[in-house]
Amino acid sequence: MPELRFIGGYPEYMRESIEVVNRTRPKRMEQPRAMTKEEREEVLKLHPDYAPGGKRKIRIGQNKGDIAPNEVVDLLEAYPLIQPGEIDLGKVDYETDILIIGGGLAGTTAALWANDSGIPKGKILLTNKLRHGDSNSMMAEGGTQAADRPNDSPAIHFIDAYGGGHFTNKRDVLRALVEDAPFIIKWLEGLGAMFDKNEDGYFEEKWGGGTCRKRMHACRDYTGLEELRVIRDEFRSREIPVLEFYPAIELLTDEGGKVVGAILWNMETEEYKVVKAKATILATGGFGRLHIRGFATTNHYGATCDGVVMAYRAGAKLRDTDTVQYHPTGAAFPQQIVGLLLTEKLRSSGAQPVNKRGEAFVFPLEPRDVEASALIRECYVRNNGITTPTGMKGVWLDTPRIDLINGEGYLERSFPGMVRMFKRFGIDMIKDPVLVFPTLHYQNGGVEIDPQARTNVEGLFVAGEVSGGVHGKNRLMGNSTLDCMVFGRRAGIFAAQYVKKGVRVGKLGLNHVERYVKELKEAGIRTDRRSPMLLPDYRGKAVLARMIDIF
Amino acid sequence: MAERKINVIDEIKKASRSVTTGIEEKDIEHWVEIYIMGKAYKVPAALTIMQAMEYAGYRFVRGCGCRAGFCGACSTVYRKKGEYRLQTAMACQTRVEDGMFLVQIPFSPAEKPSYDLGREKPEPSVFLKYFPEIARCVSCNTCTKACPQDLEVMDYIQAALRGDFRAVADGSFDCIQCGLCAIRCPAEIVHYHVAQLGRRMYGKYLNPLEKNAEQRVKEIEEGRFKEEMDRLLKATDEELERIYAEREREPD
Repeated sequence: MPELRFIGGYPEYMRESIEVVNRTRPKRMEQPRAMTKEEREEVLKLHPDYAPGGKRKIRIGQNKGDIAPNEVVDLLEAYPLIQPGEIDLGKVDYETDILIIGGGLAGTTAALWANDSGIPKGKILLTNKLRHGDSNSMMAEGGTQAADRPNDSPAIHFIDAYGGGHFTNKRDVLRALVEDAPFIIKWLEGLGAMFDKNEDGYFEEKWGGGTCRKRMHACRDYTGLEELRVIRDEFRSREIPVLEFYPAIELLTDEGGKVVGAILWNMETEEYKVVKAKATILATGGFGRLHIRGFATTNHYGATCDGVVMAYRAGAKLRDTDTVQYHPTGAAFPQQIVGLLLTEKLRSSGAQPVNKRGEAFVFPLEPRDVEASALIRECYVRNNGITTPTGMKGVWLDTPRIDLINGEGYLERSFPGMVRMFKRFGIDMIKDPVLVFPTLHYQNGGVEIDPQARTNVEGLFVAGEVSGGVHGKNRLMGNSTLDCMVFGRRAGIFAAQYVKKGVRVGKLGLNHVERYVKELKEAGIRTDRRSPMLLPDYRGKAVLARMIDIF
Repeated sequence: MAERKINVIDEIKKASRSVTTGIEEKDIEHWVEIYIMGKAYKVPAALTIMQAMEYAGYRFVRGCGCRAGFCGACSTVYRKKGEYRLQTAMACQTRVEDGMFLVQIPFSPAEKPSYDLGREKPEPSVFLKYFPEIARCVSCNTCTKACPQDLEVMDYIQAALRGDFRAVADGSFDCIQCGLCAIRCPAEIVHYHVAQLGRRMYGKYLNPLEKNAEQRVKEIEEGRFKEEMDRLLKATDEELERIYAEREREPD
C-alpha cells in the first residue's frame, strides 16, 4: 500500500469532502430544526442503550433483576480481590472521623465542607487511587450550569434536567442540585476561580444541549481543570491529610452493618492499610474505562466503576444502571486521540455537525442521547460518514463556523485546549472541520442517594458520578461538575453532622463481603473474574502472550 | 430492522478497535523503533508515546492520568538519536518518532506554601512573600521551552515579580501543572504554584464579583422559588411532560 499523503493534517482523500464543507458553510447559516418527540423516539432506536444486546440482568444483591451493561454486571458478579480471612483488621493504620475515597471535584469539595462544618483537618482523610485530582472532573471542558440570570430560575433548570433525563430523575435530589447551583458558582468565585466574564462583569453564559436558557458557566475550555485546581489548592493550603496511589479495595462494616472505613492498597508496595472511620464518603467517579459495547471513551484512566462495586457489596442500592451516556462528539481522527472529548460548548458556540456532502443533518443541541444517535444514523444507516484510514467512521464538526458567527479569533480564545490538541497532530480546526463520532462519556446511574448524599447504608455517603438519581437516565451538559460540587458539599456537611451526633463504631469487619461471596456461589456464578478493577489493561497482545510471572 | 441494529453496534465496535490491544501485528504497516529508558522496542508508528509504552508491555500506575492532555501526569523527556536537544512532552499527546530515547517523570517534588486567601491582599508583594525564590529568575527561558502547553512561563514569572496579577493569571491560565518547568529551572522556582496563587488572587480580588449570581443566591435563601419548586415536586409526570414540551427557548 502506498504511503498516505497528508495535507493540513488530513489524508489527501478526505480533503475533497473538507472542501465541500468549507464551500457550503455560508449556506448553512440556518440550523436544522429540533426533532419532534416521535422523531427522537425513532432515532433513539439506534442508540447503544436501546439497540439489542449488550445488557443483562443482575443476578444477586439489592438490585437483583435490574438491567445493566454486561461490562458492569461482570464486575458486580465477580469475586473480591482479597480473601476476608487474610486481612488483619486488629491493627488500624488510620483512625479518622471522615474517610473520603476519591479526590476529584466531589471528594475534594466534601473535604473542604466537612472541615467548614467543624471536623478538624486531622480528622479527615482523603485517599486517591492515582494522584489527588486525577479524575474525570478535571477533564470537563464545557461548563457548569447554574440558573442565575434574571430570565432564568431554579424551576426552569429543574424542568430542563428532568426532561433531559426522560422524567426519571429523583426529584428531591434534582431539586437540591438546581437550588444549590448559584451558591456553588459564588463559592467558587470567592475561592478565586476565573469564570469567563463579559466587559460588564457578568458571566458569559452559554447554551447547553437540552436547555432552554443560557446558563453554562465556563472557564475557557478548561472549566473542570480550573474548578478542580482552585479547590485542590484550597485543600492543600488547609493541610488536610491526603494519600495518593492508595485505592480503596473494599469497604469495612461493623456488626450492625454500618460502613466504618475501608481497606486501602498501596499500588506500589502492594501492602494494605486499614482505615477506621465514623463516616465514609464515596466519590470514586464513573466507569468509562470499561469501554461499554466496545466504545472508545473520554474518561480518565482510573474510571473503572470501583465505587459501585464496593458499595454494592456493602448492601447499597443502585439505580438507573441501564443507561450509559455517549457524548455525541468524540474525536474520530487522528487515531492518536480517538474518543477524546470535543466539548458540547463548541456546538453551543456555533459548530455544526455536517455530513460528507456538506449537509447539516441535525439540530446541534439535542439532548446528548438524541444527538449521538443522529450521528450514528448518519454514519451507519444513511452512509453519509467519512471513513478514516483505520476504518472508523465519523461526520464533520464544522468548527470554522464558530468564527464565522462570533468573529475571527473567538475559537482560539475560547477553546485553547481544543485548538492546541488538534494542532499537535497537524490539524487547524480554525480553518478546517474536525471529524467526530459518539464516545462513551458518563455513568448516568449509580449508588442511590437522597438530598443529604446519604445511601440506604448507614455511615456511607456518596457524591459525584458514582451516585445515582440526580440525572435519571440521561445527564445534561454542565450538570456533572455541578453535581460533584453540590453533593460533595452536602456529603461533607451531612457526614460532619452525622459524626457530631455521635457514632458508635463497632468491630471492623468484612462480613458483608463474606455474605456476598456466599450469594455469588449460591447463584451458581462460577468465574475467575475479580473486582474492583482499579485500572484497565492496555498492554500489547504480543507481550502478554509471552509474559511469565516469576518475580 | 432488529438485525441491522445489532450490526451497527458490531460495526462500531470493530471500527473502534485500538491499535494497542485490538489490531493484529500483521495488519500494521508502519513501525518505528523507540528506546524506553534505553531499551529498544519496535512499536506501531501511529501511537502516542503513552500507547507505545503500553504496546511494549508497560502497565502504568504512575505516569498516566486523563490520557487527554488535561492533567499533567505523563510528563516525559526525550532525546532523538543524533540530536543534542533534550525535549519535553505529554506522553498522551505526542506521537512516537523513530529513534526517541525517552523516560517519564513520575513525580515532581515541590513545596506548596499554605495561605489563607481571605487574609491576603492583592498587593504585588504577595508573590515574594510566599515564593521569594522568584527573585532568582535569570530569564534563561528554559521553563518556557519545557512547557508542553506552549505557555510563556518566564513571562508570567516576570509578571509576578512586577506584581501584575492579570498577566500572571492570563499567561498561566492553560497550565496543567505537569511540573516540567520546575524540574528544568536553574533557579529552582516552582512556577505552577506561583501561577496558582496569582490566578486565585486575580479571580477573587481583581475580577469584580458577579452580581446576578449574588442576587439569585439571596432570592433562593429568601425562599422566593420555594412554592414553585414544591409544586414541581408534587406535579404528575404528565404535567411535567407538558411543561417541558411547552417551555420556550430564549432567543440566541
